[in-house]
Amino acid sequence: MTFAVLSGFLAAVVVPFLPRFGRYGTGRTVALVPAALTAYFGSYIQPVGAGETFRTSYAWAPALRVEFSLHLDGLGLLFALLVSGIGALVAIYAGGYLSGHRHLGRFYGFLLFFMASMLGVVLADNMLTLFVFWELTSLTSYLLIGFDHEREESRKAAWQALLVTGGGGLALLAGLLMLGEAAGTMELSELASRGGDVRSHALYLPILLLILLGAFTKSAQFPFHFWLPSAMEAPAPVSAYLHSATMVKAGVYLLARLSPAMAGTDAWWYLVTLGGTATMVCGAYLALCGTDLKRILAYSTVSALGVLVMLLGMGSVLAAQAAMVFLLAHALYKGALFMVAGAVDHETGSRDVDRLGGLWRAMPVTAAAAVLAALSMAGIAPFFGFLGKEMLLEASLESGGRWFLLPVVVLAGAVFVAVACMAGFRVFFGSSLPTPKQPHEAPLSLWLGPLLASAVGLALGLFASYAAAWIVSPAATAILGERTGHQPLKLALWHGLTPALALSGGSILLGLLVYANRGRILQMNRRLEVLLRHGPAWWYDLALGGLNRFALAQTRLLQTGYLRHYLLVIFAATVGLSGYVLIGSVELPARLLGPEIRFHEAALAGLLLLAALAAVRSSTRLAAVAALGVVGYGVALVFILYGAPDLAMTQFAIETLTVILLVLVLYRLPRYAVLSSRWVRIRDAAFALVTGATVTALVLAAVHGPAYESVSRYYAERSFAEAHGRNIVNVILVDFRALDTLGEITVLAVAAVGVHALLKLRPKNREDAA
Amino acid sequence: METLLAFVIGGLYASAVYLMLRRSLVKLVIGLALLSHGANLLIFTIGGLTRTRAPIIAEGDLVPAPPFADPLPQALILTAIVISFGVTAFAVVLLQRTYQAVGSDDLDRMKTTDT
Repeated sequence: MTFAVLSGFLAAVVVPFLPRFGRYGTGRTVALVPAALTAYFGSYIQPVGAGETFRTSYAWAPALRVEFSLHLDGLGLLFALLVSGIGALVAIYAGGYLSGHRHLGRFYGFLLFFMASMLGVVLADNMLTLFVFWELTSLTSYLLIGFDHEREESRKAAWQALLVTGGGGLALLAGLLMLGEAAGTMELSELASRGGDVRSHALYLPILLLILLGAFTKSAQFPFHFWLPSAMEAPAPVSAYLHSATMVKAGVYLLARLSPAMAGTDAWWYLVTLGGTATMVCGAYLALCGTDLKRILAYSTVSALGVLVMLLGMGSVLAAQAAMVFLLAHALYKGALFMVAGAVDHETGSRDVDRLGGLWRAMPVTAAAAVLAALSMAGIAPFFGFLGKEMLLEASLESGGRWFLLPVVVLAGAVFVAVACMAGFRVFFGSSLPTPKQPHEAPLSLWLGPLLASAVGLALGLFASYAAAWIVSPAATAILGERTGHQPLKLALWHGLTPALALSGGSILLGLLVYANRGRILQMNRRLEVLLRHGPAWWYDLALGGLNRFALAQTRLLQTGYLRHYLLVIFAATVGLSGYVLIGSVELPARLLGPEIRFHEAALAGLLLLAALAAVRSSTRLAAVAALGVVGYGVALVFILYGAPDLAMTQFAIETLTVILLVLVLYRLPRYAVLSSRWVRIRDAAFALVTGATVTALVLAAVHGPAYESVSRYYAERSFAEAHGRNIVNVILVDFRALDTLGEITVLAVAAVGVHALLKLRPKNREDAA
Repeated sequence: METLLAFVIGGLYASAVYLMLRRSLVKLVIGLALLSHGANLLIFTIGGLTRTRAPIIAEGDLVPAPPFADPLPQALILTAIVISFGVTAFAVVLLQRTYQAVGSDDLDRMKTTDT
């Protein structure tokens, strides 16, 4: 299983080189990888359907409870089949859609990289493993949306998607870590049995909010839905694969996966169900008002994701089963419709539903695929979409007291019908309209994918009981966990005359009515547009613009280009931060000059202070250097007085060298001049005094504070015994901390090289240098 | 004595900061040198002062006879002295080259990277 997940990454490294070996057929070659994976996961249908689960794990960072672990159960299997199966169709399709594109190889690489990441998301058991794969899908989505990186809209949309989903990802990481803490395990497979601990945990609500933020941004839930329609800048295969069938369902997957542990509380019900409902309504309305085929489909995807989230929020057995049926149906028909939209765009040069018509004459096979998919979307028997819709209605009917869900669901169903009419019928039937390109049938690679996907949708509907038993039921069981007794799912096209069937028929009629009045809706929308202008996308732009302006302003404020401003900021920060801690903890000693201080010590201290002051006040360079020398020798005397002869010797030698060097160089420099104004000098002096006072306070606090035992005892005891040296300081330098000394010598060598180079350097044309 | 040295260190830091905030490169270099003296003394003082023996093991002994000065801050400072010499030497030569190229030691007149 590990290899199955990772094989996609391996293939992603290889495939970019494929187009070099042959222009044609690379799509089909690349499709072999996901096709093989589909077959591999297909072989698990039997055992998983019988209730088995599979798990492998490798230690990653055991101390942090991080494992690389994978777990395959019904839910994971359903997603894995979708990801690899649709991946194979999309790979073939991409070969036709981007045929001859300069970066086709790169595109395949991204596509397989995404597929592998997505498999990782749905099969991961450890929450951090899941998070890593989750972020990888965001990243590949960014690369794929921005695939046409030469267009600005592409780059902008990619950036937007990355910021929104990446921001949600951060919240998710925090949420998962807290969840792991609350549950006492990082493994998702163990989480189901710890639901009680999680739901009664004090931090349940923050955990839920953080995780929902991650799931809602990923699955384009209101108010984060705006990135998904923008992402339609991506090539059609990407829209079909990532932004309808798989990646946007990662959030739904996560909610489903965490349902056993987290669902069943009021907070869950209100946040998830209402979030989903709002998304469903908002997406449905915006889908009706669009004219661009891909945007219409994108908004209807938003709406469908809302339906899924709403169903997971309800938490009943029926709702979980409905969610899985609907999810499978939606992935198949929406993926197909997106591929059809891409084929139409490819062959006619237009995606505007109002400017396309009668295409079935020119593109009969594509039209057939579109009609099959649209019928499933509209929820017409015997397609799988019909079952999805009927179960959705039944689940809403069953929700009882929460009556308001039902009319909203019926209305959303009606919009699905209208959108299906637009995408599947309006474009292909009616009178032919002139298009930018003369339409002709798409090549095999462009219609094979959508046709197969919608045919599978039909087949699943016809053999509904098998689909129920082997695929949907195990997945729903994984969602429900141990909360409810196992309730086997029976799917059949005919249940008798139930209320759900009546509602389903009603929503189809309503949908046709909506479709017929589309003109009026568009007109009304024009009036509402003023209100809609300040939507989430507007706020996103505002926030992004604000961030840029803030960055610019603070850069201008802090990065002035003057060294002394930088120094001022650094010292001020040091003084502010350490001063904040020191305030109140330092008490001035009663007497500065106690009897324990000998006369020569006090005199030395006075000399040091005077010399420092002289260095500051002197009006000539030489005097300043002399004062500096006095300070250096004074410090060396302090070292002698307090038992550090090695330091004193070094200090004497170095100080002498420094003074000689300074005198030699300063001799050639201009005279001292007072460059700053009086006010600036007073300000700097005040600031310098505050800094000095803080350092004094720091030393006092350290000296008079609680004493800690020095680690030096270790060195003192082992210096002779182990290192055979009597001078402990030297032994520390050359033996215990020899590597540090090596570093020090390296620094000196680098400085020497630098000095040498600077002295040797001569500007090439001396006129410029002057 | 620690108390007294605390004020000396504060004085060294104050002078260093004032000099480093000047526009003249020469003053900046002198300020840098003063700052390293201040820092060395700071480590030395915080490590604890004893007017006693250096941390050297007498002939015939296996461990130094207490009390003795703490060897660890000394080792740190020894490194720091040498490194600060390297920095100062480099800064001084850089200063000289800059003056040759720009004709000024005023930092505000060094606004371009082209010489």
